[in-house]
Amino acid sequence: MAYLPQVLFIVVLLLGIGYFVTNVKKLARNIKLGKNIVVDDHKSQRLTNMFKIAFGQTKMVVRPVSGFLHAIVYVGFIIINIEVLEIIIDGIFGTHRIGLSVLPESVYGFLIGTFEVLAVLVLVAVFIFWLRRNVIKLKRFLSAEMTGWPKNDANIILYIEVVLMCLFLTMNATDTAFQNLNSGNIVSQFLAPLFEGLSENTLHGIERVAWWLHIVGILAFLNYLYFSKHLHILLAFPNTYYGKLRPKGQLPNNETVTNEVKLMMDPSADPFAAPTGEADAAVPDKFGASDVMDLNWVQLLNAYTCTECGRCTSECPANQTGKKLSPRKIMMDTRDRLEEVGKNIDANKGTFVPDGKQLLGDYITHEELWACTTCNACVQACPVSIDPLSIIMDMRQYLVMEQSAAPSDLNTMMGNIENNGAPWPFNQQDRLNWSNES
Amino acid sequence: MNTTIQVPTMASLFAEGKQPEVLFWVGCAGSFDDRAKKITKAFVKILNKAQVSFAVLGTEESCTGDPAKRAGNEFLFQMQAATNIEVLNGYEVKKIVTTCPHCFNTLKNEYPNLGGSYEVMHHTQFLKALLDEGRITMEGGQFKGKRITFHDPCYLGRANDVYEAPRDLIRKLDAELVEMKSCKSRGLCCGAGGAQMFKEAEKGDKEVNIERTEQAIEVQPDIIAAGCPFCNTMMTDGVKGKEKESTIAVMDIAELIANADDF
Ligand code: SF4
Ligand code: SF4
Repeated sequence: MAYLPQVLFIVVLLLGIGYFVTNVKKLARNIKLGKNIVVDDHKSQRLTNMFKIAFGQTKMVVRPVSGFLHAIVYVGFIIINIEVLEIIIDGIFGTHRIGLSVLPESVYGFLIGTFEVLAVLVLVAVFIFWLRRNVIKLKRFLSAEMTGWPKNDANIILYIEVVLMCLFLTMNATDTAFQNLNSGNIVSQFLAPLFEGLSENTLHGIERVAWWLHIVGILAFLNYLYFSKHLHILLAFPNTYYGKLRPKGQLPNNETVTNEVKLMMDPSADPFAAPTGEADAAVPDKFGASDVMDLNWVQLLNAYTCTECGRCTSECPANQTGKKLSPRKIMMDTRDRLEEVGKNIDANKGTFVPDGKQLLGDYITHEELWACTTCNACVQACPVSIDPLSIIMDMRQYLVMEQSAAPSDLNTMMGNIENNGAPWPFNQQDRLNWSNES
Repeated sequence: MNTTIQVPTMASLFAEGKQPEVLFWVGCAGSFDDRAKKITKAFVKILNKAQVSFAVLGTEESCTGDPAKRAGNEFLFQMQAATNIEVLNGYEVKKIVTTCPHCFNTLKNEYPNLGGSYEVMHHTQFLKALLDEGRITMEGGQFKGKRITFHDPCYLGRANDVYEAPRDLIRKLDAELVEMKSCKSRGLCCGAGGAQMFKEAEKGDKEVNIERTEQAIEVQPDIIAAGCPFCNTMMTDGVKGKEKESTIAVMDIAELIANADDF
């Protein structure tokens, strides 16, 4: 019976990790529903970006207040994982504070002391975050897309953080042996008196409960990620690695169109020649994107990485002037639709059964798409290198090249370019008239 | 502008067996829009004065295809690109300067994939280079002490990270450069990009150019400087909408320099 807690611990741990792995697999499968593009250029530049943007949080500090608070929570999160390592070892081997037996007392005390201070800082940061979202009501958290689940999601994670930090401190405060060491209990020494007068057994009981809840809480948190915008904790790393390196103004070249144009421009090409196998295979079934499967996997990774922070939307000129477009909503819609498609595949034994819906129209409207000025403010603002503009552009391509559904003014403009080589109805022969007008 | 300007074409130089230092890509706005034509002429005036050997394509120039591509018509864009590249490569063009950030971005970033690789400069970069090389000199004259704010064109700034060249030129005019609350990488769009220039805006609370003009008015400038013919139009309309046209002028950097007293 002495091994019961250890066995129980291992079962809980395996269940927690097992479920997480299942969901990660699903995530990877969903992302791979996107078109395959190869991103293997500029490896060192990409690594630098990942290190700077995801690990170093360089883009977070553009907004100093949230940047600073976020950094605290982030550092707290990373460092406290060292403590989790101790918990896991203790849990499996039935030891108690294994760290103390491998590290000198002073080093161990220093480590735990640091964690305790961080835990308090995290509590403060979380409290301010909560105020910003629920009391001060910052504009960027009030958009139409930020009601219901996205709003609750943001709060739930704050509550989980509070509970985890409090459990950690309680666990230390009720550990008599640890308090007697009087090293590293920087914060918990002030909590210990709260438990004074309790019997040793009760005290030990509380310590055990806090310990168990702490690890179960962390496993729950891990598994909550998949259903939450907090997936960015993990995906920010690959996402910043695969983020756009080209100048922001450069929109990708559509190769299929290039081949067609070459054929049309080349007088020696035989338009009736049978297409070569290679070119044939390269022809996609449609231009642009109307659903998530038409987007590429980087765009889908983007959607899963979005933290719904709304920095993109608050910089967006269309959004600032009251138009329906919100780049954050573009990302959230893409993720929602992708999740829906994923569930459809799960329910239909691995194949997607058309459900009469698609990203375009059912989630993102034409009005939103046409309001974009392609200014790249959203791309610049995103702290995790997401490119909402690329999705907007792919959907515009679909609207224009597959459906001829451009606003009529744009059709006029395009007609002018085709006929006169200018977006206005002027004659190309008059292009130099300015030089001799006074 | 009463001095006559010299505008050689590629075709005429080619016939004489000459190759200019740089091709001036005028762009559709610069060729046809009445306001933008003034910018074109101001820039040519500077080129003439600095004795830069340049040429334009004239009637052989066609839209780069930027608005078509941004509207989603990749096909039309590539047709335009293919035609233009054929002309440019035919004249063995190496270096291009343009007053339009949209042409600049497209020629610089999107033509190389389609077989057209050139060294492309925005006119503010080109002017800055002329200044650094001592080929032009200028003192502020009438702009001395004037409050000038610079509106970053999205396709010059954020899209291509050119922020300093235009600012250096403004400072060189002895003017006081004042920054709007959204500037440089956080600059606010004028509302014209992405083919918006050619269509009605979607429904909202206000137009983007009005929002941007309000930001500019906040810093109480004498002049709003721009580096893009489309921004120029949008800001001019904004200033008119706010009935400030008697106190605030909207001018392109090229116009500022061409009009500096002792240029
Ligand atoms: S690129 Fe489009 S979506 Fe992004 S900020 Fe500019 S207008 Fe908004
Ligand atoms: S796309 Fe980026 S900036 Fe926009 S909400 Fe998502 S994470 Fe934030």
